[in-house]
Amino acid sequence: MAKVLEIRWHARGGQGAKTAALMLAESVAEMGKYVQGFPEYGPERMGAPIQAFNRISDEPIYIHSNVVNPDIVMVLDPTLIGKANITDGVPEDGIYIINTTKTPAEVRKMLGVKGGKIYTVDANQISLETIGRPIPNTPMMGAFIKATGIIPFDEFMACMREQLAKKFKSKPEVIEGNLKAIERAYQEVKGE
Amino acid sequence: MKTKVALTGNEAVAQAMKQINPDVVAAYPITPQTEIVQIFSSFVANGEVDTEFVAVESEHSAMSAAIGAAAGGARAMTATSSQGLALMFEVVYIAASLRLPIVFPVVNRALSGPINIHCDHSDAMGLRDSGVIQLFSENAQEAYDNMIQAVRIAEHPDVRLPVMVNMDGFITSHAMDVLEVLDDETVKNFVGTYVPEDYLLDAQNPISMGNFDMYDFYFEHKRQQVEAMKAAKEVIKEVGKEFAKISGREYGLIESYKLEDADVAVVVLNSAAGTAKGVADELRAKGIKAGVLKPRVYRPFPQEEIREALKGVKAVAVMDRAETFSTCGGPMFADIRNTLYDLKNDIKVVNYIYGLGGRDLRLEHVQQVFEDLENIRKTGRVDETVKYLGLRE
Repeated sequence: MAKVLEIRWHARGGQGAKTAALMLAESVAEMGKYVQGFPEYGPERMGAPIQAFNRISDEPIYIHSNVVNPDIVMVLDPTLIGKANITDGVPEDGIYIINTTKTPAEVRKMLGVKGGKIYTVDANQISLETIGRPIPNTPMMGAFIKATGIIPFDEFMACMREQLAKKFKSKPEVIEGNLKAIERAYQEVKGE
Repeated sequence: MKTKVALTGNEAVAQAMKQINPDVVAAYPITPQTEIVQIFSSFVANGEVDTEFVAVESEHSAMSAAIGAAAGGARAMTATSSQGLALMFEVVYIAASLRLPIVFPVVNRALSGPINIHCDHSDAMGLRDSGVIQLFSENAQEAYDNMIQAVRIAEHPDVRLPVMVNMDGFITSHAMDVLEVLDDETVKNFVGTYVPEDYLLDAQNPISMGNFDMYDFYFEHKRQQVEAMKAAKEVIKEVGKEFAKISGREYGLIESYKLEDADVAVVVLNSAAGTAKGVADELRAKGIKAGVLKPRVYRPFPQEEIREALKGVKAVAVMDRAETFSTCGGPMFADIRNTLYDLKNDIKVVNYIYGLGGRDLRLEHVQQVFEDLENIRKTGRVDETVKYLGLRE
């Protein structure tokens, strides 16, 4: 089996983790890769902890289980640190990308993680300033692209523009805000 | 022309329905099938299909309306899940016995109670003996491909039966996956125009349908349904070969994965077959001769093909995502064990019930199954015939 990159998203219902996992999947698929994007459907309530998953590979993906050993963990809500099992099953060299005002060093301490890489970005503030609402899902994708380099940023942005145009046909003003949010997160994300 | 796209299973099925452009779709929404109906109704509203969409008040009415439309000579479809299929139960038998080629996706979901919205196969297994053809789909690609082929299978003059196209609720229906879709023209030409043989709106040849059928003919009519099911096996293979010409993907009654030289094998339907193939690959790298058999067609049951595919295997595990409460294992277990009996090869066959109500099937669960099989193969001893995977006991 070819190496499959596995991603687990931690968020609260309403923050757009499912949408982000599906949009990321669509963008990565555009680049000719094989991909899965799926949420864990629980009792969907606004504010309840939820998970979503991605798999990315150069070859067709057979596995249909939930992701339990993610290479990359995306945390959309910083209040989940210590509550959701963010570090569960993550290998030593795992990558964490977290929406928080804290620094990577501070988050490292909170998570109790020694190896791997930790990236932080204030996606709430970015989305407030660019979209007008605290929806951290799109800026987190910008941070993801920076941290992983899995797709060239320009190609990713072109793909996002297309997807957002499809999704917000009736609300074109939302498109520019989201694109700006992705770009800012791409620039502002810090890692160690 | 083929195009690689990222779609969820529900989107892929709705896309296939759009390209098939049926005359009538009658449906009622139910999780996790809802998106199919919702997306398809938007195609209707936008004038992208010529379909008459009938928004009914229940699944019993959905299938009844599809039966009415099909009896009138239309190419008709519906779609459902779980309780919806349970509510359809009565009329599905009627659709089959009237020999109406209704194609309907079923997004597999557990039956209540306790109430649950997630995947298992108890809904489809409930209609196992109804006389409909049952196709199963590992992923969005297969769900899309099966939908298109289902039309040809259902409408074939030797068959004329409803076809249920199954895919796993949420796991396939709501997961974004990469697949190749065909262009509209290719699908249109492949499915062709439906030419019904006998239908109620044929004013030149008036007939009646659904007549009272006593002990003088009921039995013969049931026997004819069996013949149609038998004929369906050949038709499914023919359609699968023809489909390969337009898609590059050939379909038969079963998929054999690395079974040629396998010592141990897992038999499993739908998305879990993908997971099992992944595990089989890992074990092969460690020197264990593991294989997977995925029935694509469950009704009619491909007995000869399965017997042929498994004849050289020493130990087989049948994985069922449904209970029968017989206390003797799941529905497919009985079929497979029965199939292998005549070989007299002393193949050990065990059963695992897994994934009820959406319980995640993990790689380690399938690894455990293969490990158990290896032990059985080496010792020739079966301690427990029916086991439960990933269950707290």
